[in-house]
Amino acid sequence: MPDNYFARYLPLLMHFGIATVLASIIVTLSYLVGQHKPNIAKMSPYECGVQPIGDTRGRFSVKFYLVAMLFILFDVEAVFLYPWAVILRELKMFGFWEMMVYIAIVLVGLFYVWKKGVLDWGLIAGKRGDI
Amino acid sequence: MPDFVTSYLGSTLTPGEAGNQFWALVYVFVIFAGVSLAVMSMNWLERKALAHFQIRLGPMRTGPHGLLQPIADAIKLLLKEDIIPAGADRFVFWVAPLIGLLAAFTVYTVIPFGPSQAVSDMNIGILFMLGVSSLGVLGVVVAGWASNSNYPLIGALRSSAQMVSYEVAMGLAVVSAILMTSLNETGTGTLSMIGIVRAQQEQGVWFIFKFFPLGLIAFIVFAIAMVAETNRAPFDMAEAESELTAGYHTEYSGLRWSLFMLAEYAAMISVSSIAVTLWLGGWMRPFSRLLRGSAWDLIFSLFPAVTFMGLAAVAFVGVVRMPRRSDFKVQKIGLAVFGWLLGFIALMLLIIAIAGRSNGAAIPSTVNQSIGYIYWFLLKVAVFMYLFIWYRATWPRYRFDQLMRVGWKVLLPISLTVLVATAIVGILLS
Repeated sequence: MPDNYFARYLPLLMHFGIATVLASIIVTLSYLVGQHKPNIAKMSPYECGVQPIGDTRGRFSVKFYLVAMLFILFDVEAVFLYPWAVILRELKMFGFWEMMVYIAIVLVGLFYVWKKGVLDWGLIAGKRGDI
Repeated sequence: MPDFVTSYLGSTLTPGEAGNQFWALVYVFVIFAGVSLAVMSMNWLERKALAHFQIRLGPMRTGPHGLLQPIADAIKLLLKEDIIPAGADRFVFWVAPLIGLLAAFTVYTVIPFGPSQAVSDMNIGILFMLGVSSLGVLGVVVAGWASNSNYPLIGALRSSAQMVSYEVAMGLAVVSAILMTSLNETGTGTLSMIGIVRAQQEQGVWFIFKFFPLGLIAFIVFAIAMVAETNRAPFDMAEAESELTAGYHTEYSGLRWSLFMLAEYAAMISVSSIAVTLWLGGWMRPFSRLLRGSAWDLIFSLFPAVTFMGLAAVAFVGVVRMPRRSDFKVQKIGLAVFGWLLGFIALMLLIIAIAGRSNGAAIPSTVNQSIGYIYWFLLKVAVFMYLFIWYRATWPRYRFDQLMRVGWKVLLPISLTVLVATAIVGILLS
């Protein structure tokens, strides 16, 4: 039904707008009602009573970047599968084998990453010395 | 009443499909109120249930059996000082809880509480839900980074890696349910949330039992991944309190912090709704094929009333069991009023169930049916909510390397295998 296509998505915009307004009201309310007595100890980052040293915006393990990259790869794969799943039975065997080839290629990638030890954390990765 | 108000009553379309923006707005407000109420009662139930798991009493002082505890907490949080650490990035710190809350609340647009009880029915429903709910990761990362403190940063990194890893297994498990929707005459499936439940209705089977055990395995993968997605125990690495104090929201205080809690619980409800919609037949009542006929319809339509009667009975037992001392008098009266309120709701539901059986009665039978749809949907979601508490009480926390191993090396291959197997079975049947 293309005639009410826009109307279907309009409630989403309404929902989004109301959620934004509500959240902003809550934050503003807490700013207005709550007390404000800042001091140095209160404004410093929490570190169980120890003086924090330096800035935290330093470097962290490269593994987190790798996981993020893998996520993009595999999630894009999953998104490709959605439209395929809807019309698989119209595409018949052609569509099936096409997607099997695609999944196989992605699986080869997964096993490569697996063997390279990207998915290992902690002790195993530490023994190999690639933390 | 104006035409746009009355014309929609009795419609079988969602307000979004019918293009009726007034009712869409009403639905949105109902959902906001309902989710807030659900989060408050969930907050109370979790503390109470966890306490009883550990042979404690839990909140007892604020109201009878601590029933007013969530309200007291809300007032306390409102009056707390709103601290922004000196080293924090002020704007990003301010915007992070908003992102989390928006992501958690916007998905409710497409959740089908009944065949017409949703704000809107989109043709990309499930894709939209997964996409928007995964925006919650952004709120977590941004919150951890903006705080400029060590614990939040580590918590945010951990939880983003975890959410992102389980997202993949979750997405692939969903695909196998979508494949099952295409097993009809036309051979075309659907991504619409209402369409998925309709497909289960037409095929006469919940997808959890379809192609046994394929549907069941996909469901289990999803059920594990959804606990990890919402950062709940045993996957609560993000806020492992013994290691990271509170994880990514350590530096947050007052209502700002409560926004994170609200978002977490709202996300729990929404992922449970996805699971219910995809595998557990959404608004369908159990055994709708096996036990049918007007007698069974009547029996199943009495369930909502019976549930509220049971709750009222629990409240009255609580009244009777209270100590006979004068300082308990207020609590006793309060609990009795609460019990009467529940009993009144039960009576209303009973009247609707009895009177709404035939067409042309004072109460149209569509009201009766709608209550049934919403009741069964909410009951199934409530089971999941209780499971979330139960998991937290039962299982110890995972170690981070175990967590990543389960996500990538166990759940991902399993969900891919199930997907391929479902595709093969689906092709062979056509």
